[in-house]
Amino acid sequence: MISGRTGPTNYGSNPVMHDHTIAELAQALAAGEVSSVELTRSLLDRIENRGGEYNSFITVTREQALAEAEAADEARAAGRAGPLTGVPIAHKDIFCTDGVRTSCGSRMLDNFEAPYDATVVRNMRDAGLVMLGKTNMDEFAMGSSNETSYYGPVKNPWDTTRVPGGSSGGSAAAVAARLAPGATGTDTGGSIRQPAAMCGLTGLKPTYGRVSRFGMVAFASSLDQGGPLARTAEDCALMLGAMAGFDPNDSTSIDRPVDDYAGALDGVSLQGLKVGLPKEYFGEGMSDGVRGAVEGVAEKLRELGAEPVEISLAHTELSVPAYYVVAPAEASSNLSRFDGVRYGYRCGEPKNIIDLYERSRGEGFGAEVKRRIMVGTYALSAGYFDAYYLKAQQIRQLISEDFRTAFEQVDVILGPTSPTTAFPIGERSGDPVAMYLSDVYTIAVNLAGLPALSMPAGFADGLPVGVQLIGNHFDEGRLLGVAHQYQQATDHHRQVPAGVND
Amino acid sequence: MSLSPDEVRRIAHLARLSVSDDEVAANANELSSILDLVDRMNAADTRGVTPMAHPQNATQRLRPDVVTEPDRRERYQRLAPAVERGLYLVPRVVE
Repeated sequence: MISGRTGPTNYGSNPVMHDHTIAELAQALAAGEVSSVELTRSLLDRIENRGGEYNSFITVTREQALAEAEAADEARAAGRAGPLTGVPIAHKDIFCTDGVRTSCGSRMLDNFEAPYDATVVRNMRDAGLVMLGKTNMDEFAMGSSNETSYYGPVKNPWDTTRVPGGSSGGSAAAVAARLAPGATGTDTGGSIRQPAAMCGLTGLKPTYGRVSRFGMVAFASSLDQGGPLARTAEDCALMLGAMAGFDPNDSTSIDRPVDDYAGALDGVSLQGLKVGLPKEYFGEGMSDGVRGAVEGVAEKLRELGAEPVEISLAHTELSVPAYYVVAPAEASSNLSRFDGVRYGYRCGEPKNIIDLYERSRGEGFGAEVKRRIMVGTYALSAGYFDAYYLKAQQIRQLISEDFRTAFEQVDVILGPTSPTTAFPIGERSGDPVAMYLSDVYTIAVNLAGLPALSMPAGFADGLPVGVQLIGNHFDEGRLLGVAHQYQQATDHHRQVPAGVND
Repeated sequence: MSLSPDEVRRIAHLARLSVSDDEVAANANELSSILDLVDRMNAADTRGVTPMAHPQNATQRLRPDVVTEPDRRERYQRLAPAVERGLYLVPRVVE
């Protein structure tokens, strides 16, 4: 694997040493071809030299990363290494990291050094993974373009005048730019899958309850779920194996053993696999380039033995309206904790307690976050609950029933991840509703709590296109296996943005 | 659905958000167009549909009623903008 690229020479001197998957790096570490300290240092240097081109990191934790890498090398020398020991990754800046700034992309938390680790962070450290730093994101994960970050927009490595998608845009750009082989993300309405699609990556949103939400700054608690972004399905399987698991600290965590996702990849067969193609996903709104790529994937899967079946998800159109009640309502409640009293931003010279609350929040939150808090506040205000929140929860039930019926006929569902490829920075930032509607294919999955992944499906006008595979509850293993089989037969996921490896 | 500037100010106050006059004007338009989007829900007949409470119809777990939190007051209060003698400071509330 590594030796094919680097030859027998010192691994650290190879100019493309960063261009390896997590699986390849794990193998190189196990074979002693490279140490975690060498690998970590080279990626930290690369972030220092090239990171500014993409604005994908908010915080780089150099000292801590090198200390963790050293510990990983010691563990390996002592025979205590796991499969991922010493592999460097990045965390979305929504996951609390003990003693390290956890900004959530907001001025509100610019000065916040979390006093504990998120369970995901702890699980991954326990697996020996090394944290390089914290990645940029839309403020409080509210956005589809990474333009709402207090730290400025992230640039797409495939075209730096375009957005990387969002809200996990920094994680996606960092992996696409080969600044990290993998990164964590969170997905409330598509925030892992859409940036994965726009940056040519594989990204997985697990089943609601599979990955702990403890220490993950809450946006919409009934929808939020953490997951991996990486180059391949195999890498996502490896990362998910380290992230997932029951957590008594998260009351919605599901007490159920974690599958051996990586070990099961080769065992998933496409022979006779029934792939549902929702007719509602292939109507208007999808660009021709995206349509061509999705149809190409369906054709390839058929060649590999799968059986495409037309299905109906009749309530698809209602998913965006219902989401823009549920998500803002839960956000308005969750974000009430930011009060300028206990942590985070506090306004100067408050006149009284109300002034303290209102100006700390008014000055600490950006425009999109305030907009959503107000939508949610309105929807939950006296007299409106039945018309909005209750109605939206009923529509969630209808959407879930659509999926339940579909999974009686098919094993997985295939469709586009996003209606278009990455769009120019600034193009949609003035029109929130247009931005919201671009999440039409990803949102229903969160409303129904299902797992789904996006994987590279080719290119349109030089920009990556992603397709989405949706599975039944806890069927992550099958999704990853199907994507892995597809990736064994294609090379879309191996393409590198121009200039990244210069 | 169209919100007036006064309604925007009322919602902002309920949400404890200060808003400038410019923000009120912008939000009156934007919130109205978001509520128009949301009103598309009315196209669905939801009579008799049980509102979804949990994606897997799971119920909240119970745990033994025992103390699990250690005392971390000092660590937490180091994050606060203003504390004194273990208390969080705010502008005077009671005259």
